[in-house]
Amino acid sequence: MSARDAILNRLRHRSGGELTAPARDFSVLERPQWSTGEKVRRFREAIEPVHGEVHQCPADNWIDCLAEILAQKGTRKLLVGNAGDPGDSLRQAQRGDLPELMIYDEPISSWQAHLFEEVDASLTSTRGGIAETGSLILWPTVAEPRLMSLVPPVHIALLRADQLYTTLHEAIREQDWSAGMPTNALLVSGPSKTADIEQTLAYGVHGPKELIVLILE
Amino acid sequence: MSQQTGASPSDVRQFHPRARAAIENPKIRRNFRSAMDGLMSKRRNAFSGWDLEALRDLGAAIRQNALAQLPDLLEQLEAKLTENGVRVHWAEDGEQACRIVLDICQARKARSVIKGKSMVSEEMDLNHYLEARDIEALESDLGEYIVQLAHETPSHIIMPAIHKNTGEISELMHEKTGTERSDDVEYLTASARQQLREKFMAADVGISGVNFAVAQTGTLCLVENEGNGRMTTTVPPCHIAVTGIEKVVPTLEDVTALLALLTRSATGQHITTYVNMISGPRKTEELDGPEEVHLVLVDNGRSGIYQDDQLLDTLRCIRCGACMNHCPVYTRIGGHAYGTTYPGPIGKILMPHLLGLDETRHLPSASSLCGACGEVCPVKIPIPDLLVRLRQESVNGDQLHPARVRGHGSKRHAGEALAWKTWQWVHAHPAAYRMGTALASRFNRLQPGKLGAWTRFRTAPRLASKTLHQRLKERDS
Ligand code: SF4
Repeated sequence: MSARDAILNRLRHRSGGELTAPARDFSVLERPQWSTGEKVRRFREAIEPVHGEVHQCPADNWIDCLAEILAQKGTRKLLVGNAGDPGDSLRQAQRGDLPELMIYDEPISSWQAHLFEEVDASLTSTRGGIAETGSLILWPTVAEPRLMSLVPPVHIALLRADQLYTTLHEAIREQDWSAGMPTNALLVSGPSKTADIEQTLAYGVHGPKELIVLILE
Repeated sequence: MSQQTGASPSDVRQFHPRARAAIENPKIRRNFRSAMDGLMSKRRNAFSGWDLEALRDLGAAIRQNALAQLPDLLEQLEAKLTENGVRVHWAEDGEQACRIVLDICQARKARSVIKGKSMVSEEMDLNHYLEARDIEALESDLGEYIVQLAHETPSHIIMPAIHKNTGEISELMHEKTGTERSDDVEYLTASARQQLREKFMAADVGISGVNFAVAQTGTLCLVENEGNGRMTTTVPPCHIAVTGIEKVVPTLEDVTALLALLTRSATGQHITTYVNMISGPRKTEELDGPEEVHLVLVDNGRSGIYQDDQLLDTLRCIRCGACMNHCPVYTRIGGHAYGTTYPGPIGKILMPHLLGLDETRHLPSASSLCGACGEVCPVKIPIPDLLVRLRQESVNGDQLHPARVRGHGSKRHAGEALAWKTWQWVHAHPAAYRMGTALASRFNRLQPGKLGAWTRFRTAPRLASKTLHQRLKERDS
């Protein structure tokens, strides 16, 4: 008998007999519906203590916000996706006050070392956020691949205020995740960190040292 | 069955000498004490504003519900993952699981493997297995990396290097990697980042654990703060996830509640920096992610635990570590004293199944049964009851339950059994009882002053010269 069949067989013919499944009451996860303003406030309250940097920007003018932040940080190379927003908007803006744009448009194997060593910051969209825990929802795509939010030392994410959900529970239900998951889905709640050396917090251990969220209102 | 663990079984038996050495080592006690105090208060704060009891009830119900349908869920998970392009493998024990991993590595001609944190791979002793076959296996979680540099095993399931302080880590990194000595944690972390990034780029295979596997969507959820787990599962061309068969839950909704419990119980965080949900390998048009994803489902004693109505509760565990953080024994002796992959209360109720009660006979007794572990456990595992059950199995058990755990009865002493039999008989015969207590009081001076381990740190209690019955009689007359 294969290991699979042997294991399943033991589980199916349990000597203690059939087990009954207790009911699950998820109501403890429910929260009152917060207004958008309240969700933004809660989001900030949750992500700022874990070093997430948040800026609230007008939705039609976020590029100004971004340019200012990047100038302050002295960013020279900014990685953007190969199609759709926000990459397209930046490319079309043709502005002189933005860093050089790098476009993620080739398979990783052909430029891995460049990605790891040369990019200063990346800019991605999000699929929304979670107010209760201060989390961004990212579903990397062909246009915005997985490593964009992981490898560069600074990750900048655009979050539309009207796409903030109260809880993860609500987000999963509203966006109907169970209908089909992407190859990789992520919740990102701050920059990479560790407390493995004597409980002392240090940021940027493997992923970005800084996470900057532009909330578009 | 294989008996692969981080420590060899003969080590496990040496629990008492190691515990004593740890207690006499002020540095270990200080390190653990301060870390655990911090974790306890962080956990408390993280649940403020929650109806914690209701949430724990939900956590327990979710795990019980999943276990009740375990074989169906595993089949559903396998079918869904296969449909998503993930290859699913099954292993009876650690040895078989190692073999499966090795076969995948060899088929890809892999020379180097990078690892995200996985307690199951510790259970399998995978690193040694691969290294003995010329495949470098490097840990990438900072704590695991440090422990590996020191050729040690983790002393805590969430914070593997909690037993070391900054100075020791700096010295170790200097000696092994040439990093300059420093007491600046940022500097040490940045150096490790640099060293490990090279390794991520060069690795042929990434190996990770799994926190929750969702049957409905075929999704593997990994929870972490560092990003090494994401690197491990995204950068190398092949990703192998290893997990115990009990980790499966029916839906993503189940994950939301368990996640709320897990991170708050473990480190007092509302959520970890990353929750990484993997449902398949890179699609042809995608630009990154592994081309191949494998899941190895490891039994290693779990289906045995599954047979018994009481012991089954052990399998609810979501490996948060809260029981150790709150355990008065663990906080004093640290994780290494146990000599097992999983230390602390969860280790005491799980390891006897993996290694047998003969090897682990001291573990269920290394508890004051204060109940703290059971009170904080996010999925309400009645740990103290399980400890009592295992104690019974280790000396007897057959009368109460059919004993189940391998090595049961191994702690049985003819002398002790006789003493209890006599005690039982005396208490069932009033005349004998009265005579016995009267004699014991009369000759209380003959009582021994030394009672083995009991009087090492205590004075022996002395029987009163008159029994309570005698005194009452005197008072009333
Ligand atoms: S037994 Fe409970 S408290 Fe201990 S690690 Fe498992 S889930 Fe956490």
